[in-house]
Amino acid sequence: MRFWEKVMKLDRRWIFLLIGLAVLIPFLKPLKLPLTITKPAKDVFDAVENIPPEGPPLLIATDYAPSTAPELDPMLYALLRQCFTSKRRVILLALYPQGAGMAQAGLDFILPEFPEAKSGVDYVFLGYQPGIQAIVMYIGEDVRLAFPTDAYGIPLDSLPMMKNIRNYDDIALIIDLAGSSIPITWVTYAVARYGELMAVGVTAVSAAQYYPYLDSGQFVGMLGGLKGAAEYEKLIKQKGYTKAREIATIGMDAQSIAHLVILFLIIIGNIAFFASKSHKKKGGPIGS
Amino acid sequence: MKERKGLIIGSVIMIAIFVLMFIKGEPSKSIMVWIAAILTLSIYSFLYKDNVFYKFAEHLFVGVSVGYSVSVVWQNAFIRRVFDPLFITRTYIVNDKFSLYLFLGIVIPTLLGLLMLSIFTKKQAWLIRIPIAFVVGSYAGMGIAPSFQANIFEQTRSTLYVTLSISASIMIVGVISTLVYFFFSKEHKGLLGKTANLGIWFIMIAFGASFGYTVMARISLLIGRMQFLLHDWLGVIK
Repeated sequence: MRFWEKVMKLDRRWIFLLIGLAVLIPFLKPLKLPLTITKPAKDVFDAVENIPPEGPPLLIATDYAPSTAPELDPMLYALLRQCFTSKRRVILLALYPQGAGMAQAGLDFILPEFPEAKSGVDYVFLGYQPGIQAIVMYIGEDVRLAFPTDAYGIPLDSLPMMKNIRNYDDIALIIDLAGSSIPITWVTYAVARYGELMAVGVTAVSAAQYYPYLDSGQFVGMLGGLKGAAEYEKLIKQKGYTKAREIATIGMDAQSIAHLVILFLIIIGNIAFFASKSHKKKGGPIGS
Repeated sequence: MKERKGLIIGSVIMIAIFVLMFIKGEPSKSIMVWIAAILTLSIYSFLYKDNVFYKFAEHLFVGVSVGYSVSVVWQNAFIRRVFDPLFITRTYIVNDKFSLYLFLGIVIPTLLGLLMLSIFTKKQAWLIRIPIAFVVGSYAGMGIAPSFQANIFEQTRSTLYVTLSISASIMIVGVISTLVYFFFSKEHKGLLGKTANLGIWFIMIAFGASFGYTVMARISLLIGRMQFLLHDWLGVIK
């Protein structure tokens, strides 16, 4: 009994140490565990593939901050690689103040791989505008009402890519990469009101919240957390779009091992709880 | 005391692993990477005990986050939407003619926005009701219909129109029993009580799924930092 009592009183810092090692070791000795591609991730990939090259653009909204970057940055990188390699045009914007910085950082990271990709021709970065609902609705009327210029101050009418793009009718698909509830605004206005196609890339914390929208067909697909990002990296690699370092996939070994450790701790914790409870019921002294 | 010793040994082992990797790897030569690495380690030092390094990194993070957001909103909202159109580009002058409509289109929203700041005064605090009323009224008007469409009608439709399959049957049972659990007009006894109990199981499974995803999210953040430390900073993994 003493053992289970000790387990119940275990200093939580041992658990931190255990989790730290469970994450660290798979990086140093990769296990290369298999990764299966789920339907929601494949659906996002197919939705992007269905956009004709040099046709209507894909709109990527980077509605996240550095605190969720480990999950959402790999999704942004994978989407940009897919689009730039296959000559699909991209519009980037942010409805979250720090999202503009994330989009710019994403472009700075990916553009050296695609020196031929030009701002205003292959992609347009619109920057950030405050007023989430109003901006989503403005784009339904005319994107120029929400963003008169791009993030660098150039009027949209002078950008070749934006000449024939006015509203959602001219945008093939929206993908919202979000660490917040902003996808609800997109689905409420852009999807329900204007009938636009939409997919999301969300943090794992909020993924469960968005499954009803996926099941109802309001989202054409969904990437959930680091696993979703890793699946997308695998999909674009299978298609031959990139040979770049797969940030999310590298982390999946650590993810799996850390989950096993947590499962083990939950089981041990429950056994310890019930064992010490039944011992107390029997009237045995604590620690005997 | 014995346990504390063990923890100190464990922490020393962790630090020793990093020192070893520092010697064996190719540490970054960028000062920014070094600053980010030191701040990351400062934040994680809290896991052992609250300390001055953690407090410094925490305060710095909060300050930088707020400062960055304020500057982005100032630049994109005030400068781009108010200052530039009023004083630089003068968008209210069309074909050398003053357009009162366009001028008021900039001035009225700006004044409404400024009224938000009245909350900081005791006597004029009531003025904040004007912009709040405008925001609540306009957003409710814009949002009610599409919100119903997106969050109620579409969800109900996808629940009602399902194909005959095991997962669809489970979903229907789950939806009905969960709704029954939240029906408080009659005491949960007999069939109603049993259905409500089944609803609790479905709610617990949903919480479990949410918790599982939350664990994945938190581990992902640790993985992100670990990748940064091992790849960008120490250069021990490719």
